[in-house]
Amino acid sequence: MFSPVFAVSLSFGYLAFLFAVAFITDRLRPHFKQRLVSSPLVYTLSISIYCTSWTYYGAVGSAAKNGLEFITIYLGPTLVFLAWWTVLRKMIRIASLQHTTSIADFISARYGKSARLSVLVTLIALTATTPYIALQLQAVATSFEALIRTPTLSTHSSVFFGDIGFWVAVIMAVFVSLYGARLIDAKEQHAGVVAAIAVESVVKLFAFVSIGLLVIFGLKLGLSDRATAPSLAPAALEATSAQVLSLREQGALRWMTMLFLSAAAVLCLPRQFQVTVVENRHERHLATASWLFPTYLFILCLFTVPIAITGLRLLPGSNPDLFVMSVPLAAGFSNWALFAYIGGLASATSMVIMASIAMSIMMSNHLVMPLILRIEALGLSRSSDLTNVQIRVRQINIAVLLLLGFLYYYLSRSNEGLAAMGLIAFAGVAQFFPVLIGGLFWREGTEVGALAGLGAGYLVWLYFLILPTLQDANWALIANLPDPQGLFHAMELDPLVGALFWSLSLNTLLYVAFSFASRANALERLQSAYFVDVFRSSRVGESELYERSATVEDLYELTQRFIGRDQAYRAFRGYAVRQGLRGHLPNPDQNLVPFVERLLAGRIGAASARVMVASIATGETISMDAVIRILDETQQAIEYSHALEQKSAELEAIADQLRDANEQLMALDIMKDDFLSRVSHELRTPMTALRSLTEILTGTDDLSQEEQQRFLKIMAQESKRLTRLLDDILEVSRLESGMGVKLDEAVNPLQVMRDAIAVVEASATTAEVKLLNNLPVRWRLRAMGDGDRLQQVFVNLLSNAIKYNKSPNPFVLVSAERQDGALVLHVQDNGPGISEKDQKTLFTKFSRSWQDVVETTTGSGLGLAISKQIVQQMNGEILVRTRLGEGARFSVKLPVFKAGAADQASAAGSGPASAPGDASAQP
Amino acid sequence: MQPVVLVAEDETSIVESLNFILRRAGADVRISYDGEQAIRDIANVRPHVVVLDIMMPRKDGFEVLKATRANPDLSGLPVVVLTAKGQESDREKAEALGATAFMTKPFSNAEVVETVMALAESRLAECQAQEA
Repeated sequence: MFSPVFAVSLSFGYLAFLFAVAFITDRLRPHFKQRLVSSPLVYTLSISIYCTSWTYYGAVGSAAKNGLEFITIYLGPTLVFLAWWTVLRKMIRIASLQHTTSIADFISARYGKSARLSVLVTLIALTATTPYIALQLQAVATSFEALIRTPTLSTHSSVFFGDIGFWVAVIMAVFVSLYGARLIDAKEQHAGVVAAIAVESVVKLFAFVSIGLLVIFGLKLGLSDRATAPSLAPAALEATSAQVLSLREQGALRWMTMLFLSAAAVLCLPRQFQVTVVENRHERHLATASWLFPTYLFILCLFTVPIAITGLRLLPGSNPDLFVMSVPLAAGFSNWALFAYIGGLASATSMVIMASIAMSIMMSNHLVMPLILRIEALGLSRSSDLTNVQIRVRQINIAVLLLLGFLYYYLSRSNEGLAAMGLIAFAGVAQFFPVLIGGLFWREGTEVGALAGLGAGYLVWLYFLILPTLQDANWALIANLPDPQGLFHAMELDPLVGALFWSLSLNTLLYVAFSFASRANALERLQSAYFVDVFRSSRVGESELYERSATVEDLYELTQRFIGRDQAYRAFRGYAVRQGLRGHLPNPDQNLVPFVERLLAGRIGAASARVMVASIATGETISMDAVIRILDETQQAIEYSHALEQKSAELEAIADQLRDANEQLMALDIMKDDFLSRVSHELRTPMTALRSLTEILTGTDDLSQEEQQRFLKIMAQESKRLTRLLDDILEVSRLESGMGVKLDEAVNPLQVMRDAIAVVEASATTAEVKLLNNLPVRWRLRAMGDGDRLQQVFVNLLSNAIKYNKSPNPFVLVSAERQDGALVLHVQDNGPGISEKDQKTLFTKFSRSWQDVVETTTGSGLGLAISKQIVQQMNGEILVRTRLGEGARFSVKLPVFKAGAADQASAAGSGPASAPGDASAQP
Repeated sequence: MQPVVLVAEDETSIVESLNFILRRAGADVRISYDGEQAIRDIANVRPHVVVLDIMMPRKDGFEVLKATRANPDLSGLPVVVLTAKGQESDREKAEALGATAFMTKPFSNAEVVETVMALAESRLAECQAQEA
C-alpha cells in the first residue's frame, strides 16, 4: 500500500514530466521539432490515444466478463487502418487542403460550410465525449483508490469535494488548459502536445506489456497459487480460459455491432480525428501508421487474455476492470502495480488532453465564438485581435467539458463498468459515420439531409443509451418517460445492438431521403465535388501538399486556362524577355503575381483574379482544383451571357427581318392600292365616254349622220379598250403566277425581232417614224422560250417607240449585240426620253409615272409590265437606258446557244412573213 | 356674248362628248390636252369656267388648280373638278386648293351642263358688270 501523499506526488510527478515533454518540444529549435513531430513513429503513437484507460483497464475487465468480445475493440480500428487507409488518406488530403480543424469543421465544410451542421456535430460530439471523459475520471479515481485504500476519500462520496474523481477532473482541467489551449495555431497543430501524447502511448504500452509479462512469467497465470494443486492446473486453466475465450449469447450480433462501432469510432471520434487528420504532418505517415498502429493494438490485445485469466484465478469476485493493478498488488508486486497505475494514468490523461483540445476547438469555433461575436455589447466583432479572447474561451471550454464529464460520472455512478460507458460514447460518435462516409463518396448528400440524419440519430441515441445511464440521478424528467430499454428487452435484443441499429438506420434513411428531397446550393455542390473528387483532380504529388506555394509553372498553367495557350505564352514570354531570359517562363519576382492577376482580371474580373492567384500563390484554402472549378463556373456564366447576347442579336436580326418584311408588305400594299386606283381610272375613262356619248346619242334628236357615225366609232374604240384592258390584267396575273410562257421551244430571237418589225411597219409609216433595221444577218443563235410571247414583247417595245416619238425627225433603230453567252436586242428611239425617277417604276403595273411616259395612249399601261414578266420567264432581262429629252433605248437580253446544223438553213432563209420561232415554216 | 368654257382633259373620247354637250348648251369651248397647256390657256384665254381633269400628263389637275389660284388676275374663276368615284382624297385635296365644284366620273351630261353653264353665266355676268 502507498500513502495518499506518495500517490498524489507520483501522479503530479508524471504530469510534470508530460508537461516538460510538451514544453521542451515546443521550445526545440524548429529543425529538431520538425524532425521529431514529422516522424511517422510519433504520428502512430499519437494515434494510439485510441487506447484509453478503457482499453487499458476495461479490455481486461471485458475479457473477464464477456469473453472474446473485447477483441472487437482492437479489431475494428485494425481493419480500418489495414483496409480502409485510403479513406483516411482522403480525409487527410481534404482536411489539409480545406484547412479543416475538427470533425465538426470537416463535416460542415462538406455540406456547404454549414454553420447549423457544425453546431449539431459539436453538440453530438460534446454529448458523446462527456461519458467518455467520465469514464477516464472514474478509471483514474478507481485506480487511485485501489492504490491507497484510504477511507477518507472515496469514489462514491456524496460531496463533490470528497470525491477523488472531482480532484482528478480539476487537476486535468488545469493541466490541459495550461498547454492545450495555450497557443492558437491557424492549423490547430500542437507539436508539444503530440509529442507528450506519443510519450504517453509508449508509457502505457510499456506498463501494460510489463504486467502481461509479469502474469505470464512471474505469476504463471495464477497457477502458482497454493490453493490449486499442480496436478489440477491444466484443468483449472482450461476452465478459466474457456470463460475468457468465449462469446456471449447473441454473441454474433453483438460482435458485429461492436466491430462496426469501434471501426466507426476510430474514424469519427473527435480526438481521433484530431490526431489522425488534423495533426497529420505528412500524408505518407499514414502508410506507416496503417501497419504500426494495428501492431500496437495487437500487442495490447495479446496481453489482455493472460491478465484476465490470472485475475479471474487469483481474485475471483473482485472488480475485473482493475485486474491490471489489483493482480500485481495482490501478488505482492507493489512496484509493478505502481507502474501499472502510471500506465493507466497515461491512458486517461492522453485521452482527456486530446479530447479536450479537440472539443475546445469545436466548442469555441462553432458554439461560443460565433455567439459572443454577435453580442454587440462586448464589441468583439470590432476587435482586431481576438487571440486572447479565444484562448480564454478555450480554457473555459475545457473546464466546462471536464465539469460535465465529472457530473456525468457523479450522476451515473457507473454500474455498467468502463467498457459499457465507452461503447455508449462510441455509439454516439458513430452517428457521424453516414454523413462522413457519404460525404466522401456520395455526391448527392446535402446539408438538409445531413442535418436530418444526424439529428434523428442523435435523438434516438440520447433516448435509448444516454438516458438509462442517468437513472440514478432520479430526475423527474427521466422517470416520466417510458423505459427506453424495455423495448429491446421485450424484443430480446441487446440494448446496445438495438439502439445502434435503430439510430443508425434512421440516421442513414433520413440522410439519404432528405438529400434526395432537397436541393444543394452552389457552395454545397462545389464542396461536394471537392470532397468526392479530391484525388481525381488534384494534380500535385502528396509531398507538395503542405509547404506549397505557387511555382511559375502553376501560374503559367492557371493563366493558360483563363486566357488561352497562345496568349498566355506570349504574355509570359514577354515578361521573361524583359528579364533578359530566353525561355517563356520568367523568374519569379514580386511583380509576377500582380502581372498574372492583371492577365486574369480581364477575363474573370479583378476580384476573382485576386482570389484565384492568391489561392494558388499561398497554396492554402483553395486548391488548384477548386480554382479551376470556380473558373469553370465563371466561364459558364460568361458563356451563358454570350449565349444571351447571341440570342438577343438573333432576335434583333429577326426584328429587322420583320421590319423589312413589313416594309415590303406596306410597299406591296401601296402598289396594290396604286394598281387598283389605276385600274379604276383605266376602266372609268372609257366608261365615262361610253355613258356620256350614249346619253348624247339617245338624248339628242337633231344629230347629223356624220356626228352619229363619229360618236359610234369612238364608242366602239372605247369598248375595245375596255376589253383589251381586261385581257391585259388577266395576262399579267397569269404571267405572275408563272403560266402562259412556254420554255421548251428553240427560238431564233433575231428572226422574232424581224417578224415584230414587220408587224409594226404599217403604223410606223402612218406615224411617219423611220424604222431602221440594223440586225446582223448571219448569226445563228437560239434561245429557249416562247416565240409568240417574245414577239409580243418586241411589238410592244417597237409600238411604244413609234407611238410616243414626237421628235421632228422621228426614227426607231433596231440592233443587236452579243455579250458572253447572251444576245442583246436594242430598240432605240429619239423620242422624249424618261426621267430618272420614272425609270424606277417603268416596268411596274400602272406606275405613277406611266401617264407622263405614255402621253396620249390607247394602251392599258400594262405593256411593259407584261413584257418584263415574259422576258424574265425566259431567263432574260429587260433594261432601259434613257435620259429625259434624249430618247430611250430598251434592251432585251436573252441567254442563247449556237444553232445546230438543222437550224442553220432555216436561219439563213428566214423572211419577215414567216411565223416566229417556227423554223420548219420558213422557206 | 357666249361664256367661254375651258376643258382640261387628255382623254379624247371624253373631250369629244364634253365639247359636244357644252357647245350645244351655248358655250364657247376650248380644249387643253395636258396640264402645262391648261395653265397657259387659262392665263391667255381667260375662260369663264374651267372643267379640270385630275389625271393628266405633264402637270396634273392639282398643279393647274394651284397655279390658277396663285394668279391674282384669275381671282374668282370657277373651277369644276372632274374626280373619280372612290377617290375621296382627291376631292378633299382639290377642295383645299380652292375647287368650286365637283363632277364625278362617269358623269351625267345634264348635270355637267347645268353646273358648268350656271357657273359660266354668272361669271360672265360678273365680268360684264366689272367692264361696265
